[in-house]
Amino acid sequence: MDLARTEVAKPGPRAGSRRGSATRLGLMAVPVAFFGLFFAYPVTAIVARGLHVDGVWRFGRITDVLGQSDIRQVLWFTTWQALASTALTLLIALPGAYVFARFDFPGKRVLRAVVTVPFVLPTVVVGTAFLALIGRGGLFDELWGVRLDTTVWAILLAHVFFNYAVVVRTVGGLWSQLDPRQEEAARMLGASRWAAWRTVTLPALAPAVAAAALMVFLFTFTSFGVVQILGGPAYSTLEVEIYRQTAQLLDLPTAAVLTLVQFAAVGLILAIHAWTVRRRESALKLVDASAVARRPRGAGQWTLLAFVMVTVVLLILLPLGVLVQRSFDGPEGFGVAYYKELTSADGGAFLVPPIEAIGNSLQYAVVATGITVLIGGLAAAALTRRAGRLVRGFDALLMLPLGVSAVTVGFGFLITLDKPPLDLRSSWILVPLAQALVGVPFVVRTMLPVLRAVDGRLREAAAVLGASPLRAWREVDLPMVWRALLIAAGFAFAVSLGEFGATVFIARPDNPTLPVAVARLLGRAGDLNYGQAMALSTILMVVCAVSLMMLERVRTGRTTGEF
Amino acid sequence: MSTTKSGSTKKVTFTAVAVGIGLVAVSACGSSGGGSGTSDSKSVTLVSHDSFNVSKDVLKDFEKRSGYKVKVLKDGDAGAAVNKAILSKDNPQGDVFFGVDNTLLSRALDNGLFQAHEVKGSEKIKAEFRVDEGKHRVTPVDSGDICVNYDKKYFADKKLAPPKSFADLTKPAYKNLLVTENASTSSPGLGFLLGTAAAYGDDGWAGYWKKLKANGVKVVDGWEQAYNEEFSGSAGGKKAKGDRPLVVSYASSPPVEVLYGEPQPKQAPTGVATGTCFRQVEYAGLLSNAGNEKGGKALLDFLASQEFQEDMPLNMFVNPVREGTKLPKLFTEHGVTVDDPQTMDPKKIADNREPWIKSWTSLVLK
Repeated sequence: MDLARTEVAKPGPRAGSRRGSATRLGLMAVPVAFFGLFFAYPVTAIVARGLHVDGVWRFGRITDVLGQSDIRQVLWFTTWQALASTALTLLIALPGAYVFARFDFPGKRVLRAVVTVPFVLPTVVVGTAFLALIGRGGLFDELWGVRLDTTVWAILLAHVFFNYAVVVRTVGGLWSQLDPRQEEAARMLGASRWAAWRTVTLPALAPAVAAAALMVFLFTFTSFGVVQILGGPAYSTLEVEIYRQTAQLLDLPTAAVLTLVQFAAVGLILAIHAWTVRRRESALKLVDASAVARRPRGAGQWTLLAFVMVTVVLLILLPLGVLVQRSFDGPEGFGVAYYKELTSADGGAFLVPPIEAIGNSLQYAVVATGITVLIGGLAAAALTRRAGRLVRGFDALLMLPLGVSAVTVGFGFLITLDKPPLDLRSSWILVPLAQALVGVPFVVRTMLPVLRAVDGRLREAAAVLGASPLRAWREVDLPMVWRALLIAAGFAFAVSLGEFGATVFIARPDNPTLPVAVARLLGRAGDLNYGQAMALSTILMVVCAVSLMMLERVRTGRTTGEF
Repeated sequence: MSTTKSGSTKKVTFTAVAVGIGLVAVSACGSSGGGSGTSDSKSVTLVSHDSFNVSKDVLKDFEKRSGYKVKVLKDGDAGAAVNKAILSKDNPQGDVFFGVDNTLLSRALDNGLFQAHEVKGSEKIKAEFRVDEGKHRVTPVDSGDICVNYDKKYFADKKLAPPKSFADLTKPAYKNLLVTENASTSSPGLGFLLGTAAAYGDDGWAGYWKKLKANGVKVVDGWEQAYNEEFSGSAGGKKAKGDRPLVVSYASSPPVEVLYGEPQPKQAPTGVATGTCFRQVEYAGLLSNAGNEKGGKALLDFLASQEFQEDMPLNMFVNPVREGTKLPKLFTEHGVTVDDPQTMDPKKIADNREPWIKSWTSLVLK
């Protein structure tokens, strides 16, 4: 155990480290209680409902279900589409990561925010944007008669669209702070450009690339909305199948087995991810990003920049642009007719004007951000101290909600949080709680590297000078972490604005959020509903973009966080 | 050391207090926001699917007469709403559930979702819709027919007679014209499958679908996509340049096309192949463990009343089940009456749904 070793190695009093672990336990209590109550308990309950029948655990069901050829087909498709999506995303986004890391060009900040917008947009909106582009009667269909919907290409492209930012931010973030002089030194010593990159930059970058790849793999492995909207009936991922088995067929045993399989897979991915993260945090000589980035020089660099700009325009701006265009393409020509219509309650889809969804979304997002920052901040603080295996496991556990199907959590809520004092089934607080489950991992990932970078000796010095731990934290840590906290809060805010899977399951009909309102409008016939859905999507997109752009202003040169 | 010690205790205390505050806040929100209507005898909660709709004044009228305030909880699509209700039956989200249809009825009854209540005027409900007699756990509320719709203009232009029966759909003249829904995710899709199973029998339906597949049937995930994007006869489909003139939809779809047409057409642009229909009946029931039993019973009586039954067709586009209920002009003028729809016993549906969907999936989708 690391902890024990520290005690021996450091000549400090034993009481000191005991105090350290007591503090950590105290810090961890809230996140542990939160995840226990709102994640582990509901999920365990719904899985048990499927596998624990008449007082007996039926683990035999696992082999039964996995023996079915159609289930194996789902597993196979889930895996290979995730592998293909990850490979394609790396291929397309790595040049982007380089360009954003090393080049200075006009509009870079805005563009960096824009490529992140898809990541926090709800899948319904993205699915719709892609349908408008490559579906029937879409832009490509009209121009060249090309239709890709219900093909696997639509799924793959949408996944690249979604996860481009993960690679750009994770890899690019580190890349921008690698000291280029190390590579230059290698070249001075006679290494070729390729050899220098391969022996100096690549090893430094590899853990970040691996971490990004694993995150993309995780997101695409558990893909739901994209596959449902763009894939058609022939394609089904594990997540879609869990939804079908639970919500449509009420085959809880099968759903439980599939949930366990997904759990195992996600656990494995996270374990590898945690390992690469630790490796990445090994000492690298980092410099201020702004000192590294410069104007591109020479034809090669300009070509690379042009290539990245073209992919960003085609892959990200075009689908978003199509949404905007359709939102203005009203029944009486170009105009704001659909936006005006949002203020009337006559549509029939809601009891309230759809525009109220904006207010709902913002309120939920504020509460969710508060919960997320509190839980995530405490968790990150607990994880900062030199960590034993148990705590590192806790780190990975915090990420689990990202990989567990929203319908599992939703149904779990339904059967567990149904009695006083925790009868939350129709309470508004459920929505921000569920959104916080998804947001906490991002806060932890953003804050952790910054917190870990705070020199512990400063804290000790403060303690020696008589400051209480709280005071030491306020005087030493807070000034250093407030930016990270702000970024984390902003990201949590954007994530909760865009969260769809869990929200749609628990949002009350009279209080729809923006993504839920969009989905409901899309589910109804008629131009007016479609147009309003586009208008609401555009509003959501603008709100997300603005909050992300504000983050760009806060971002310092020195953040190794992933997002 | 005393300062640090007290400091750490302070911190732990602080954390414990924070947890406490959090939990109290959360549970406080829970009890104030809990809308299950359990303790509140002045309000009654109806749990239903997203398609439930009622005219405002009709509902107000009921509230005035009965003294109850009605809360409506629309809980997703029909299948998911029923399943949620089953999962939460020990502590239900409301008092009355509306929207379980004959394809899911057995599942709901077997799971003990409902308790008995014979509605006022139950003798007025047409005999053909009554089930579970003697026990009165569910009350039929509406019926509709799932049928193939056709694009009138397409068949007129081609000088081709539209299909009338299941058998017609496999004829070469109608090759590559039909779009239907995934039977495992869509209720009209399932209804169409059950219709063919009722028509061709347990052993014959698979052979029929083989022929249908050979004749180019297209399967999409949901009704929205089939009707509003692929079908050439609907307003949405025309706009999306849909190219399939045959679609699995409802017998009530043509009147909807008229009502929401801009401008309203004199004639419905679509028609119904009356020999391809499967009858769907929707039921309501008083939930077991309902918090407000009395209110729930009054609400159920209301769903079966003349007033609600007359209001329903133009809100949900389904047919009333109560004898002597006047149909709106729109329905009599543009709708069709299906004289001899396919039907199936809910028990038989319950026993066969899963295996049939499974073999259908591997037969048609793979």
